[in-house]
Amino acid sequence: MADSITIASDQQQSIPLWLLAELSYSCPLQCSYCSNPINYPQTRAAELSTEEWKAVFKDARKLGAVQLGLSGGEPLVRPDLEELIAEARSLGFYSNLITSAIGADAARLAAIHEAGLDHIQISFQGSNQDVNDHFAGTKSFHHKVLMANEAKKLGFPMVLNFVLHRQNIHQIGDMLKLAEELKADFVELANSQYYGWALKNIDALLPSRQQLLDAEAITNDFRKRHRGNMDVIFVVPDYYENRPKACCNGWATTFLTVTPNGNVQPCQSAQELPGLELPNVREQSLEWAWRESPLFNAFRGTDWMPEPCRSCPEKEQDLGGCRCQAYLLTGDAFATDPVCDLSPKHSIIENAVAKAQNIADLNIDGFGYDIDSAPVQPLLFRNPKNAKLLSKK
Amino acid sequence: MAISENTWVVLSGQFRFQWEEAQQCYVLLYPEGMVQLNPSAGEILSRCQQQTTIADVISDLQNSFAEADSKTLAADVMEFIHEANDQGWLDLKN
Repeated sequence: MADSITIASDQQQSIPLWLLAELSYSCPLQCSYCSNPINYPQTRAAELSTEEWKAVFKDARKLGAVQLGLSGGEPLVRPDLEELIAEARSLGFYSNLITSAIGADAARLAAIHEAGLDHIQISFQGSNQDVNDHFAGTKSFHHKVLMANEAKKLGFPMVLNFVLHRQNIHQIGDMLKLAEELKADFVELANSQYYGWALKNIDALLPSRQQLLDAEAITNDFRKRHRGNMDVIFVVPDYYENRPKACCNGWATTFLTVTPNGNVQPCQSAQELPGLELPNVREQSLEWAWRESPLFNAFRGTDWMPEPCRSCPEKEQDLGGCRCQAYLLTGDAFATDPVCDLSPKHSIIENAVAKAQNIADLNIDGFGYDIDSAPVQPLLFRNPKNAKLLSKK
Repeated sequence: MAISENTWVVLSGQFRFQWEEAQQCYVLLYPEGMVQLNPSAGEILSRCQQQTTIADVISDLQNSFAEADSKTLAADVMEFIHEANDQGWLDLKN
């Protein structure tokens, strides 16, 4: 019977099984690798209303969406979050809250539980207060620990997510210990990927190969000793792979993202791609966006591919990689993702990796060095001031 | 643990089981993931949403699918319960 039990995403290519609802770009944290657009403050005034989000949920459910990610920014900044969760529950969504836990207290978590949230994912920026609070740009560690304990008390399945980069990856053993103490069901040790904010901060963030190997070895050792108690996922930065990943499980096959102002996108960064108009739920139906819009059809399947992807025997596996990464690094959204060592532009990745090694050799790694005297660009935290600065460039 | 027809079974609280119209099948939902179930797995799990014995699951299936061979059906259910238990989908107790 096992052979007939399959993961749906392999088979149901035409259903947007996942709806990611970015409820607001507002966030009390300032993570320097944030997945929101550089110019995020510009959307604040145009955020979708409660009723507009409910309509999005209803339409997505009709298209077959069943997993709902409630994200941001920080979704807890929406005072109507409980109402939206209750609506999602009544529509039959499995809802996942992707949060920093800032904006929660015991009473609000209980209300969210009562409203029907299925799962909570709490992010940490480090394994202790110093590192976490430095990279979050906000005093938050102690509160995250408290809220993780509350979430488990309420019986939520809980994922803890640690975004890894050069300056916190050495803490990986302590991150796993913390996750175990907090009784997490899953731990994601996910290296930052380099788009948007993270790409602007790549000099300060990209780990060296040796750092990754060390971190992976510690993770594997932990897995051996703790078999079965807690699932651990380790995600390598694309830059250290030879082949790209099929971004979002393949462009417009599985994922549907709606941004705070109602733009409909196949991924969180698609607004970075040039020349493609973004559908918006205030103007067009979700169904039209998914099935008919030029944006969603631009990179569906393999017909759009140039060489070397077009004649590649692996093209169905990675689908040419990430379009946003291709555009950000080569200036051409149709190019082979330069992560692929068959890409004529692969030297961009090799150079970035070599630079990360050089920076590691300078031995300025680790939290606490004086960033003003460091020979690399200091970390640019995600905040309105830096958004303005970077948007001008 | 030894699993017999007298074992009590219930779907684990870590999963949600439901029918999906767009996919025309039952699914199990869990944090950020989903398993599609084939029709027989769906029929079995739909009878495990409240705590029950495996024997009761089998007899209920026999009532619903009178044409099925009863020995094969019982063996299929036991095989599935073992697999589903290995996947962590069930809470079992004797």
